Amino acid sequence: MKNDIVLMAQSITKYFTDPLPVKVLDDVSFQISKGEFTSIAGKSGCGKSTLLYILSTMDTDYTGQLWIGGQEMKIKTEKELAAVRNEKIGFVFQFHYLLNEFTVLKNVMLPGQKLAKLSDKDLEEKAMLHLKQLDIESLAKKPAYQLSGGEKQRVAIARALINDPLIIMGDEPTGNLDKKNSDIVFDIFAKLSSVYGQSMLIVTHDEEFAKKTGRTIVMEDGRIISSG
Amino acid sequence: MKIGLIPEIATALLLARLRQTLIAAIGVTFSITMFVTLLSFMNGLNGLLDNMVLNRTPHIRLYSDIKPSENQPINLSKKYSGAYHFISSINPGSNRKELYNVGAIVQALKSDDRVLGWAPKVAAQVFYNIGPIEMTGVINGIDVISEQNLFYFEDYVVEGNAIDLQNIPNTIILGKTAAEKMLAKVGDNIQVTSGSGEQYTLKIVGFFQSGLAEIDKVQSYASLKTTQKILGKPNNYITDIQIKLHDMSMAPKVGKEYSSLFRCDAEDIQTANAQFETGSSVRNLISYAVGITLLIVSGFGIYNILNMMIYEKMDTIAILKATGFSGKDVKKIFITIALSIGLIGGFAGLIFGFLLSKIIDNIPFVTAALPTIDTYPIDYNPVFYIIATAFSLVTTYLAGWFPARKASKVDPVIIIRGK
Repeated sequence: MKNDIVLMAQSITKYFTDPLPVKVLDDVSFQISKGEFTSIAGKSGCGKSTLLYILSTMDTDYTGQLWIGGQEMKIKTEKELAAVRNEKIGFVFQFHYLLNEFTVLKNVMLPGQKLAKLSDKDLEEKAMLHLKQLDIESLAKKPAYQLSGGEKQRVAIARALINDPLIIMGDEPTGNLDKKNSDIVFDIFAKLSSVYGQSMLIVTHDEEFAKKTGRTIVMEDGRIISSG
Repeated sequence: MKIGLIPEIATALLLARLRQTLIAAIGVTFSITMFVTLLSFMNGLNGLLDNMVLNRTPHIRLYSDIKPSENQPINLSKKYSGAYHFISSINPGSNRKELYNVGAIVQALKSDDRVLGWAPKVAAQVFYNIGPIEMTGVINGIDVISEQNLFYFEDYVVEGNAIDLQNIPNTIILGKTAAEKMLAKVGDNIQVTSGSGEQYTLKIVGFFQSGLAEIDKVQSYASLKTTQKILGKPNNYITDIQIKLHDMSMAPKVGKEYSSLFRCDAEDIQTANAQFETGSSVRNLISYAVGITLLIVSGFGIYNILNMMIYEKMDTIAILKATGFSGKDVKKIFITIALSIGLIGGFAGLIFGFLLSKIIDNIPFVTAALPTIDTYPIDYNPVFYIIATAFSLVTTYLAGWFPARKASKVDPVIIIRGK
């Protein structure tokens, strides 16, 4: 395997068994190279979110193989997978999940503190830098629940960046935002990709969004019909 | 992972649900308070009741019982040694009530280092004369100083001075109930008639109250010399020797040894008061059972609150897991929450328990049955505090363990997709 492939999926197949066995993913294979800004597009129910959760290592109930950063995921324990998510994957969800008990800054720092590669002081500096890049450094000391939707999504992106992940995964990151905020979030992604060479995999049903990304994988009925 | 990150997250979750947390902690506080107070009070009471018996009962009492000789003449006859003897109408042969060879016994006791001390006693059957009426009584001739040292005699003398018995000749300390019947006051003289019919005049120097009216009606105390004089006996006449040992549990063994050595009868405290230890241990058992029940109930409170917290914090758990916290980390967070509730609540409970014990310790408790105390008894044994702390941690750990395991099993995909 070449070094610049960050993620490789091979014949990933998944069934939902409840209430009836349904094949939601059928022999899905593709790979993402370093620095690629990829989107997965498709209609509702085509299995794109299900695929993303498998790729993110949170869903382990599938057949097939998955490599992230050259490491096979299928053989890892729950704890090791958590470490992979912590270090190699940054997440941005549709519903900007922040921890309401903490401040914005603390939310951004938490995955870094879990990884513990940097001291708290360095982490704070790094978090502030990311917040500044995303133009929300003034919100750092606010509790997370006081933020607007667009602001929360930007904090979530800062959090995803804190451990310099191999890849950022997004599940409809603009799905719950208005046009203006969607554009802001897209511009951030585009900048991360073009300026910093950040690999990204974004699930979206927004065709306009998908068109603007570097590569679009189109799915239908659990199968890839075009891999860009 | 950064050290202190899990406590930090646990604290944030706790503070976000401060009221629920407080209620859970108050539950623990209440149960620990009651546990400590209950045990302190119960054991204080046990100690009091035990001491009532222990303080005043000799570990071994040497005396000479009235009984027929074990060796009847026919048993000594070699001619009939192989036969079975039927002997009827046996009477006790000698009516000597005194111990033989008191001097030798005292010497032996002095050199025996298992013995804490001893007090000689002479019991005399008398009649108290109140005008034309005669009342039966027993005068115990005692050595006041050794009686005081071993059996805290002074504690039971409610009026007058015990030591006057020794210092003033022909004096008596009357049982309180007897004194009331005779309308006698300290300083009065009373007439007593000895078993052999002689009359003596004794001066009352004090009253004595044991708490048992039956005893206070009959028993009274005089010095050894006075009692020997009433009985018309010489000053080596001693009917009982009361012994206290360093180790009470040795009493049956030492008693048997003395009995055969001095050829007298020996009664040990275990035989004389078999019931009192049973009473103490049953009372202890009940208080522990009640205390532990309280703790378990508060454990269920913590369990409920943590369960509720986990349902409310599903999003938080999902996010922690998505950003790289393992199931084990999540479990640690919730167990930390449970243990901090236990620790804080438990610590407060220890303090309140101590304060409540102090309050009870100061409540007046005056009763004729227990002349030596005036407030409720409390035993401030640190062991109760240690047990309470251990139990509060164990119950809160268990109460936290099940919800924490549930939290560690939360599937973040279901939460994140489920919106």
